[in-house]
This record gives sequence, C-alpha cells and structure tokens, in this order.
Amino acid sequence: MTELAPDAPQPYVRYIDKTRAYYLSQGYEKPYAWANNASAPFTPLTKPLSASTISLISTSEIAVKGDPRFDDNPETRAQGNVYAVPSNTPASKLYSRTQSYDRYATSLDDPNAYFPIDCLHEAATRGRIGKVATDYLGVYNAYSQRKTTERDAPEVLAMCRAMAVDVALLVPV
Amino acid sequence: MGLVCRAVEEAGIPTVCVSTGRDITALVRPPRSYFINAPMGNNFGGAGDVATQRRILRAVLALAVEAREPGCIVDDVLQWPVPFAFNPALPTPEAIARQLRK
Repeated sequence: MTELAPDAPQPYVRYIDKTRAYYLSQGYEKPYAWANNASAPFTPLTKPLSASTISLISTSEIAVKGDPRFDDNPETRAQGNVYAVPSNTPASKLYSRTQSYDRYATSLDDPNAYFPIDCLHEAATRGRIGKVATDYLGVYNAYSQRKTTERDAPEVLAMCRAMAVDVALLVPV
Repeated sequence: MGLVCRAVEEAGIPTVCVSTGRDITALVRPPRSYFINAPMGNNFGGAGDVATQRRILRAVLALAVEAREPGCIVDDVLQWPVPFAFNPALPTPEAIARQLRK
C-alpha cells in the first residue's frame, strides 16, 4: 500500500475498474457494464421526518444468527433475491455473509458500520424520525442490470409500500 | 443499489443512497447520494465508532429532507485513517463452481 502524507486526503477507489476485474475473477465471462444515467428521478419528501417511516435496505447480505434462511443448506435457505429481517432484531444477532469488502482495511464485525440499526432506533426514540419500518430489507447483489431493474427493484418497492415507507435508505456493500 | 434507488424514487418514495463508491454512484446517478470515502462495508463509519455512525445517519436523514437537485452527491468529511483499496475475499464456492463449469 502507498504511504499517504499525514494531511493528504485519501483518493477515491476506482471501483468501476476493480469490480470489472473482480467479476471476471469470479467466473463471469462478460465484463460488468454499469448503468450510465444522465439524469435522475426525484420525489420530494412531503412530510416531516418526525412523522416519517424509514426503511433500511442493503446489499450487505445481512443475516440473522440461527435463522435457517441464511444457512448453506439448500433445503432451508431462503429463495429469491429480496428478503426481510424484522427490525426488532438486535444488532448482536445480525451478521453479514458478503465477501465484497476490503478484507485488509476493515472487518464486518460491527453491523452498525454498514447497517446502522442502533442509531436508527435511537432516532425514533428521540423523535427525530417517526418510526423504523417493520422490516429491514436485504437484496443480494445481481450481476445483471436487467435482474436488478425488472426483478429486484419492483419487489423492494412492493415491500416498501406494504410497510408504508416514507423514506428508504439504501446501503450498497 | 443505485438502480433500485431510482426505481423506488420514480414510484414516489424518496430515497438516499449511502455510498462508498463515488465513481459508481456518479455514473448510476441515484436521486440523492451521500458519499463516505471509507472502505466498502463502512458506509456509516468504522466498527464501534458510534459517534460517527450517529453523525452520518443524521446527515443522511437531513439529505432526504433538504436535497433539491436530482442526482446530487454530498461528500462526507470523514478521512479514513489508513490507505485502503478493494481487496474482496477469495472466490466463493459458487464462483469456483462457475469457473469449473466453463
């Protein structure tokens, strides 16, 4: 690793190049093509945060200790690419199965570093937000943009609507 | 995840994408993004750093309220204390199986 001057800002990691190489190393034949959008949709929040239901959604492969849905056993492992974790699950029971983090610079020992449920519940208790949605949502990373947009996104949207979510926080890992 | 943000937002639910990959976020362009220049898996700060986790969550929630420009990216001030790159774990059994099927 390159030594940085004490006051030098850390340069951004060039993930586009690196993830293309990573996917190739994982056995995919075609280089991954990222979506490239010139504009973005936008929906203003029309109610105060203090009256809003907030959901937390992540590709961190968040899992619950002891829950057979996250076992390697194909008979008990959850099917599908989007799944729910009850938001009353304590952080001490959560862990991540993802492999796509920097295994030299960090660990995934503290779920709150990428899935800040303790602070989110604290915000609800203090009245900063209305409430935490009944479930957190996990989405497995899809290699295909088509699967993400045609399969996963509509499912996430339906689950958010079912929970009357007002603001969705999405955390890619 | 940026594509999911866009679809959920387009359907009427405001979103914030909390990203550690600025180049990807700029390309995919979710409606609102909050960027933390930290190793992947530390979107809210380091393990055990509750003060930073709380500060970033507050800023992310504020962005949900205050953002006016579609596709905006707000850069957090966090300076990660050591150099980092992208060193994911070794290939999974599924990845090995894919390669064996080639």
